[in-house]
Amino acid sequence: MMSNLALKETVYSPDSQLRNPRLLVREMLADLMASRGLAWRLFVRNISAQYRQSLLGYLWAFLPPLFTMAVWVFLNEQNIINVEDPGIPDPVFVLTGTVLWQTFVDAINSPLKVVNESRGMLAKINFPREALILAGLGEVLFNFAIRVLLLVAIFTWFQIAVPATVPLVLPGVLALITLGLMFGILLTPLGVLYSDIGRGISIITGFWFFLTPVVYPMPKSGIAAEFAQLNPVTPVLITVREWLTLGRASQLTGFWIVSTVSVVFLLFGWLLYRIAMPHLIARMSA
Amino acid sequence: MSNDVLIKVDNVSKKFCRTLKRSLWYGVKDVVGEVFCRAGNQDDLRTGEFWSVKDVSFELKRGECLGLIGPNGAGKSTLLKMLNGLIKPDRGEIRMRGRVGALIELGAGFNPILTGRENIYVNGSVLGLRKKEIDRKLEAIIEFAEIEDALDTPVQNYSSGMKVRLGFAIAAQMEPDVLLIDEVLAVGDAGFQMKCFNKINEISQKAAVIFVSHSMHYVGRISSDVLLMGGGLTVYSGKSVQEGISRYFENFQNKQLLISGSGKAKLEHLQLSTNGNCDADDLLEIDYGDDLQVQMQLSIDNSVKQFRVSLAFFDRTMQIVAECSSLAATGKHFSDLQDMCLLQIVIPKMLLSNGVYSVTFSVTGVDGNDWGEVLLRCQNAKQIKVMGGFPMAFAPVQLPSNWLLN
Repeated sequence: MMSNLALKETVYSPDSQLRNPRLLVREMLADLMASRGLAWRLFVRNISAQYRQSLLGYLWAFLPPLFTMAVWVFLNEQNIINVEDPGIPDPVFVLTGTVLWQTFVDAINSPLKVVNESRGMLAKINFPREALILAGLGEVLFNFAIRVLLLVAIFTWFQIAVPATVPLVLPGVLALITLGLMFGILLTPLGVLYSDIGRGISIITGFWFFLTPVVYPMPKSGIAAEFAQLNPVTPVLITVREWLTLGRASQLTGFWIVSTVSVVFLLFGWLLYRIAMPHLIARMSA
Repeated sequence: MSNDVLIKVDNVSKKFCRTLKRSLWYGVKDVVGEVFCRAGNQDDLRTGEFWSVKDVSFELKRGECLGLIGPNGAGKSTLLKMLNGLIKPDRGEIRMRGRVGALIELGAGFNPILTGRENIYVNGSVLGLRKKEIDRKLEAIIEFAEIEDALDTPVQNYSSGMKVRLGFAIAAQMEPDVLLIDEVLAVGDAGFQMKCFNKINEISQKAAVIFVSHSMHYVGRISSDVLLMGGGLTVYSGKSVQEGISRYFENFQNKQLLISGSGKAKLEHLQLSTNGNCDADDLLEIDYGDDLQVQMQLSIDNSVKQFRVSLAFFDRTMQIVAECSSLAATGKHFSDLQDMCLLQIVIPKMLLSNGVYSVTFSVTGVDGNDWGEVLLRCQNAKQIKVMGGFPMAFAPVQLPSNWLLN
C-alpha cells in the first residue's frame, strides 16, 4: 500500500480564503507557476484558431489602427479639426498613438473575454485559473508585436530616426498593458455575472479614446486639458510615444505614479479574481 | 483523517437559487462577503434559495469506488463540483488528498478548428499533464481513442462519439489518486463503453473513485460503496450496493395497473398464491424455490375462436427477466371457449432471485395462421416479492445446481 502521508491535502470549506492569507498567497504563486505551460497552450490554441479560419489572417491586426490613422490624417489635412503640430509627421503621430491605445484597450478587454470564452471549461475542470489571464496577456502582446511591424514600416517610410530612448518603449508598453489589465481584471467578476459590464466597457473605451491625447497632442488649456490631466492613460501613453519618437519624457512623474498604482491594483484584482471564481462558477449555467 | 482515507466529506451543504436575477445578485454579495471575510457557515436560506445538497457525509479510501446515484436533480453533479473544488460548500468541509482527476465533461477545452493532435496537447494541459508527459503518452492516447486516420483533421469534423473517445483517451492518461467520473460512458458505442469501463476499473484499483451514473448495471459492477441522493439529501449510504440500487429504482416504481388491448377479453379475477397464502394489496410474498399458483378468470368475446395467455416478470429496472406461456407449455391454443374461462397456472419452484418483480400478462386471440391480436394486456397486474434466496445474487435468476468436489 502506498503511503498517503506525503500527498498534498486540499481542504474546501465555506470560510473566506482571506482568513489564511499566507496559504492564499502561497497557492496563488504556486498556481501562477503551474499555469505557465497551460497558458502557453491556450495562447497558441487561440492564436492559431483565430487566424486559421480567416482569409486575411494577420492582416486583421493591422487594419483597425491603419483605418483610424487614415481617417485622422484625412480630417487633419482638410483642416476639419485643428490640432497643434506634434513635432513629427501627422501619420506617424496618429499611428503610434492608435497602436498604443489599441493595445491598452485590448488589455482592458482581455480578462473578461478569455473568462467568458472559457466558461464551459471553468465550470467543468479545475485548472489554475491564472492560465486564462496569462493566455489573454499573451494575445495582447502578440497583437502588439504585429502592430510593431506597422510602426517599423511607417518610420521607414517617413525616414524618422528613432531616439536613444527607444529601449524604454517595451517596459513602457508593459506599463500601459498593466494599466489596462488592472481595469479589466477588476471588472471581470462583475462582468462574468452581468453582461452590462462588457457592453459598458466597449462604450466607455469609445468615449475614452476622444478624451485621451491619442490622435491629438496634450491640450494646453480648457476642459480638454483638465480631462487629459485626470486621465490615467495620458501620462503613460504620452511617455511611451515620446520615448518612441522624440526621445524625451514630459510626463514622467505621472507615468511612475500611474504605473505603481496600477501594479498594486492589478495584484488586488488578481486576488479578487481568484476568490470570486468559485462564486462565479456557482452562478454560471453549466 | 486516517492514513488511507483520500476523500473525507463532512456534513457538506450547498444552496442554489431558482431565479437568475436573484442568483446573480447573491453571487455579487457572496464575493463581497468573502472579500470582507464575512464568509463562513451559512445556515439560513435567502429568499428563493433551496438546498441543492444538504448534510452529505462520507469517506473514501484508496481502492474503493463510490457509486453516486440518484434521480435527475438529486444534487450529484453539485456534490461532484464541490469535490473538484470548482465551487465552495456553503456548510461543512471537504478534505481531498493527492492528485485529483475528473472525467466530467470529456473534451472540455477542445477547439473545433484545431486538429485532433493539437487538441490532445491543449486538453492534456488543461487536465494538468505536462508537455513531456503528453509526448510520452501520445501513442497510447491515439491507440486508445482509435482515431489514427482522423488525427490531423479538425475536431469539428469528428462525430460526437469520436470526440468522446479522444476526450476519454486523454483523460485516462492521468494517474490520479482521486478520480471523479460524471456520466461519461453514456456516449460512444458498446465496444468503447466497455473499453472505458475496463479502464476506469483499472484506475480504481489504485485510486479512490467516485462514479456518477444512471447505468445501474455499471454502478453495480464497479462500486464498493454506494451513496443514493434524492432532493439534495442522503437517502442511502453504505456498502450494500444492491440495496442502494434497488432503493434508487423505488424512485421510478410505476405500480399503476396499465390495461391495453382490443378489449375482446376482460379480466374478471386474478389471484396469486403460494402454499395456500394469497396476495395482499396486489403483492405476494413468496420464498425462493416454492411453487407459484396463479388463478385467472377471463371473460372472452364470442368472436374469439382461439387464444393463448402469457405471463411475464419484470424487475425494478423494468427489464423482463422471465416469462411463461400457455402455448409453450401446452403446445396449442385454448379453444372450445365459454363466456367465462377460469385458468389455473402453476409455476413450480420460483427461481427468481430475491427482490420485487411485477407481473404482466397478455391474452392474444388467434384467427387462422397469423400471430393474432392482443385482446388484453395488463401491465403491473400484481407484484411478487421473492425472499429467502441466495443473498449475494447478482443475476435475476438462480439456477438450481449440484456441486461435487473431488
